[in-house]
Amino acid sequence: MTPDIAAILAIDGIASGAVYALVAIGTVLIFTVTRVIFIPFGDIAAFTALTLAALDAKQLPGTAALVAVLACLACAMESVALVRAGAARALPRAILCYLALPLIVVGIVWAAVKFDPPLPVRLVLTLMLITPIAPLLDRIVFRPIADGSVLLLLTVSVALHFALVGLGLMFFGPEGVRTEPLTSLSTEIGGITVSGQTVLILLAALLFSVLLFLFFDFTLIGKALRATAINRTGARLMGIRPARAGTIAYLLGSLMAGVSGILIAPVNTIFYDSGFLIGLKAFVGVIVGGMTSYPGAALGALGVGILESFASFESSTLKDVIVFSLLIPILLWLSFGAPHSDEEIEE
Amino acid sequence: MRKLMSLTALLAGLMAATAARAEITIGFVTSLSGNGSSIGIPYGKGIAAAVEYRGEVNGEKIRLIQLDDGSDPSAATRNARKLIEEDKVDILIGTATAPSTIAMMAVANELKVPMIAVSPVVGAPNAADQWGISVPQPAGLLVKIVADRMKRDHMKNIGYIGFSDAWGDLVYNGAKAAEGGEDIKILTNERYARTDTSVTGQILKIMAVHPDAVLIGGSGTQGALPLLTLAERGFKGKTYGTVALVNPDFVRVGGKAAEGIQVSAGPVIVAEQLPDDHFAKKLALAFRAAYQKANGAPTTDGFSAYSFDAWLIFTEAAARALKSAKPGTTDFRKALRDEILNTKELAGVHAVYNFKPGAYHGVDDRSLVIVKLTNGAWKYEP
Repeated sequence: MTPDIAAILAIDGIASGAVYALVAIGTVLIFTVTRVIFIPFGDIAAFTALTLAALDAKQLPGTAALVAVLACLACAMESVALVRAGAARALPRAILCYLALPLIVVGIVWAAVKFDPPLPVRLVLTLMLITPIAPLLDRIVFRPIADGSVLLLLTVSVALHFALVGLGLMFFGPEGVRTEPLTSLSTEIGGITVSGQTVLILLAALLFSVLLFLFFDFTLIGKALRATAINRTGARLMGIRPARAGTIAYLLGSLMAGVSGILIAPVNTIFYDSGFLIGLKAFVGVIVGGMTSYPGAALGALGVGILESFASFESSTLKDVIVFSLLIPILLWLSFGAPHSDEEIEE
Repeated sequence: MRKLMSLTALLAGLMAATAARAEITIGFVTSLSGNGSSIGIPYGKGIAAAVEYRGEVNGEKIRLIQLDDGSDPSAATRNARKLIEEDKVDILIGTATAPSTIAMMAVANELKVPMIAVSPVVGAPNAADQWGISVPQPAGLLVKIVADRMKRDHMKNIGYIGFSDAWGDLVYNGAKAAEGGEDIKILTNERYARTDTSVTGQILKIMAVHPDAVLIGGSGTQGALPLLTLAERGFKGKTYGTVALVNPDFVRVGGKAAEGIQVSAGPVIVAEQLPDDHFAKKLALAFRAAYQKANGAPTTDGFSAYSFDAWLIFTEAAARALKSAKPGTTDFRKALRDEILNTKELAGVHAVYNFKPGAYHGVDDRSLVIVKLTNGAWKYEP
């Protein structure tokens, strides 16, 4: 291996690592607030890419139907829960949040598709359509079992992933998509070309990482979200509503999945089932980062990307074996080295 | 008493009527969902076109029962059993993935029902007890035709990159079998997965051996990934592949990077460019018309044509088998099996078929032409 090849591999590794970093940060965000290891995160990112591609092709994306169905389900569940709790006067608000708002978004997209909107509008439409998905899934699937153990939440999360992959095939079809690059700029660093798209992904990962770090450590809402994660009952006693905290986390997470999807769509061919492997490699990064640290998860994910890149040069058939084997020594080291945290004792 | 007698008479009459109006029943299994669906959905559309093209044999109606196996071999097995035992089908056609096809073939052999496979089946059957045949060109032949073209183009050093699955192995082994002496040499064996996001490492390794040409052992949309990376790294040599790459999404995703790739494919892919005396020309155009009528959209792939050819093989054999037996009987199934294995010089849209006991495949070099991607369209390169 010459220094040239090593440099190209490193750049390529950082580019795919940055994608994993975005997904890893989103996974940490949802995990720290809700204790759910949100496996479908990668799927939502893949759906975003497919949605954008459908809008580029002037078609109504399958996500519109998905959001409409989820909205109806969530609204029905919320209404039943409210009526049973004897809080029927909160019904109009629930219908507005869970049914009307998502359906308005779907309506706007449906109307806008006919006018062949320019790229920035298409990006906004895509994000608008993707953002409701995770909060609606939260209401339908996770809210009723919010007090369950981490293991139960994980199992349900895996099941939800399989359901979403099936729905993805139904709504988007089996073929992959690749969208137009957001920027055609490229720079040269030390004789190696770096595409503008890679720089964009890196910047986004860095930005989200820093913003979330600041949000959770220096704002009241952020601290409230963290308090919910550590002890739901204690947080309620302090006047924090766990359900609302979860919704905020899922909204943020969904938005991040959307941004990741938009950023990776031009550099990778995305299929309805591409999200899982991206999510899994990001998850390795999350574990390396110790499950709760944003900068840690981002660095871990970058490391996974670089390792993967060099592994594919050395032995392409064993690439995934090398990446996932990495988990074993890390888990051993973490379990011997780190003291058990408060969260685990509470389990 | 009289009532009972008249009832018996009515029943007897009904039964006689059923026997006289016997129709040929076909069990068709394909993968409309799961990971084989990008091939399985075209198979389904191809059958619809075939029914549109020829809906009856010698005046006997054909009844088609279609089931989805979800790309799952155990579902394919269940479907095959259900079709044979409950629906009493005369013949099975299926399915999209190789493992499911092999599973169905085992059921067909066990319950003695003829089967036409639309996926490649590896190995050789027991000639005395063979109930199945396979329509598509075997992988070895696909690669052999490409290798012949490389030799004609005076390529010497070949780089290989393919999927890290059975398909990647088949193409690599086919290419390895074609090298030897002063001819082509396969220098690399790089692999990637369908869900991979980057192949930069593999491509750098290929570029390091300075190949004259690169052979792609991928399929569909993701077959374009090595080509995109090769173009990014400034590779100037030629590229080759197999028919597995031919689909509109490959061309769309590959764009400029895929330009100039040469693949071996069934003649149906370039039907209108074939010379007038080519065996597949007239039939392929008829197939396209039938497909358009049945599905309301033009054909864009070679897979649907395999179902169409399977249907041609079946209808030709059924026409001969009907002379000796009635549909729905064991005799008919046996006659149909014998006639399928007795197919001689039958021209389809992919190949000229010659089946005989002891071999699944019945195609030769005529079943493949080399096509080149030029300005986003496949061009016939004789």
